Amino acid sequence: MDTLALKKTANEIRKGIVTAVHSAKSGHPGGSLSAADILTYLYFEEMNIDPENPKKEDRDRFVLSKGHIAPGFYSTLANRGFFSVEDLTTLRHTGSYLQGHPDMKHIPGVDMSSGSLGQGISAAVGMALSAKLDNASYRVYTLLGDGEIQEGQVWEASMFAGARKLDNLVVIVDNNGLQIDGKIEDVCSPYPIADKFKAFNFNVIEIDAHDFEQIASAFNKAKETKGMPTAIIAKSTKGKGVSFMENQASWHGNPPNDEQYAQAMADLDKISESLN
Amino acid sequence: MADVKKIATRESYGNALKELADSYPNLVVLDADLAAATKTGIFKKEYPDRHIDCGIAECNMMGIAAGLATTGKIPFVSSFAMFAAGRAFEQVRNSVGYPKLNVKIGATHAGISVGEDGATHQCCEDLALMRTIPGMVVMNPSDDVEAKAAVKAALDHEGPVYIRFGRLAVPVINDKPDYKFELGKGVVLREGKDVTLIATGLEVSETLDAAEKLAKDGIDAKVINIHTIKPLDEELVIAAAKETGKVVTIEEHSVIGGLGSAVCDCLSANVPTKVLKIGVNDVYGESGPATELIKKYGLDSDGIYAKVKEFMA
Repeated sequence: MDTLALKKTANEIRKGIVTAVHSAKSGHPGGSLSAADILTYLYFEEMNIDPENPKKEDRDRFVLSKGHIAPGFYSTLANRGFFSVEDLTTLRHTGSYLQGHPDMKHIPGVDMSSGSLGQGISAAVGMALSAKLDNASYRVYTLLGDGEIQEGQVWEASMFAGARKLDNLVVIVDNNGLQIDGKIEDVCSPYPIADKFKAFNFNVIEIDAHDFEQIASAFNKAKETKGMPTAIIAKSTKGKGVSFMENQASWHGNPPNDEQYAQAMADLDKISESLN
Repeated sequence: MADVKKIATRESYGNALKELADSYPNLVVLDADLAAATKTGIFKKEYPDRHIDCGIAECNMMGIAAGLATTGKIPFVSSFAMFAAGRAFEQVRNSVGYPKLNVKIGATHAGISVGEDGATHQCCEDLALMRTIPGMVVMNPSDDVEAKAAVKAALDHEGPVYIRFGRLAVPVINDKPDYKFELGKGVVLREGKDVTLIATGLEVSETLDAAEKLAKDGIDAKVINIHTIKPLDEELVIAAAKETGKVVTIEEHSVIGGLGSAVCDCLSANVPTKVLKIGVNDVYGESGPATELIKKYGLDSDGIYAKVKEFMA
């Protein structure tokens, strides 16, 4: 693993996020930025995928259960070569294939349409179950928001995954601590998150979502764990990388104006320079 | 009519799954703790490894089916209509319908013929709900023969399908050597020139009986069986309306949004026709033996006969 290269890639992905949301004049930058390092690791290090053959049968699957961070997902896929980075500026525009939430019918590399919270994890569980039924070796990853786990369906899916011992499934919770109406513990606390997944018979690993060494270690432990699914609770910073967006719930679903966009890109350019 | 063979279409569903399992190796069956009632237990007994009990969690079950379908499986998802179409509506819309996944929904215990369990379990809204989902095929077979044929047609169709099955044993009316099932095609069961009776599901046999009673009074009714509510056989419906000038729809479903609405949508746009919708009149059901409830809600042959008589007066 080349940590510096991953950091550089993650920073490029963050630039793509801010650029896409600015162009769309809507969208969700905060959670996209908080999940950028996890997405980078999945698509540039962890998953068996091929941008030239996005539907290859034995590929690992990814379901973005927190579908509203499509800008983060699309920027990752584009930077990985599934489609052109230039297309990111068509996000949410009429006629663009880059829909506001992931659309598997039209976007190369998207394994499942998502956006309605709580539903993606069930589809991921279905994929993991299918691999078990066929004795196939592919693995399934799904990324959830920490607000999303307020949805009851998340726990229906978790109960099933735990009961069926789906050790080919990794559930990642992007624990940035904020949702639209404020702090998750003030809105309707899902804490303790780790204990909940443990109670549903998951192997639970808690990490810093912005530390590639910890991310790598967690995914490797998940692979070694047999007989139970893994949940990675990734403590993150909402808006990570853009100074004025960090830890602000107000940047959950708001686009930057031109001035803010320039400032955001300046912040990210500074990070690029520090990595050179 | 006393010696007519009666079979509940849920039984036909379970048998069809079992009979088709070897021809469709990708077929898997999901249930939510109701295998004994939905009759997927018949499949489970023969193919335990291909039957997945998801526990009492229908929304998750629908999502699991979607995930299975993305990998090439053909999941048949089973529960009562109330929970498959009602509780999991949004999962069907967003996780199955929007991505146009090859998921089949086998919903049993539809309508008031659920009987004693009462209103909470008597889903009279499922056809309406499922019909609104773009790309969804909606079927409501009338008997054992048609129910089995519908299951096979669903497996041969690429894309989401909803099939409604019943709890009550109903007469087998399609047991004929020349019987042929074609998805999206209505079936003329009786020719007539005075009025067209368009029925679906278990109301088809009640409607045939009602037509016999009407004939004795000199009313010559054409009877059409619509097993596929969506896509509707518009050509047949329009031709029949032109032919007879009056149309009656009969369904064990709310008069809002089901067969009656589908027929009215079609006719109002093409050949405005006076239509009487017979169904559950925007009310909840109640507990009682199924046949008694069907009579009480005016959905037996006598009730249909009386309403058509009044309509024709």
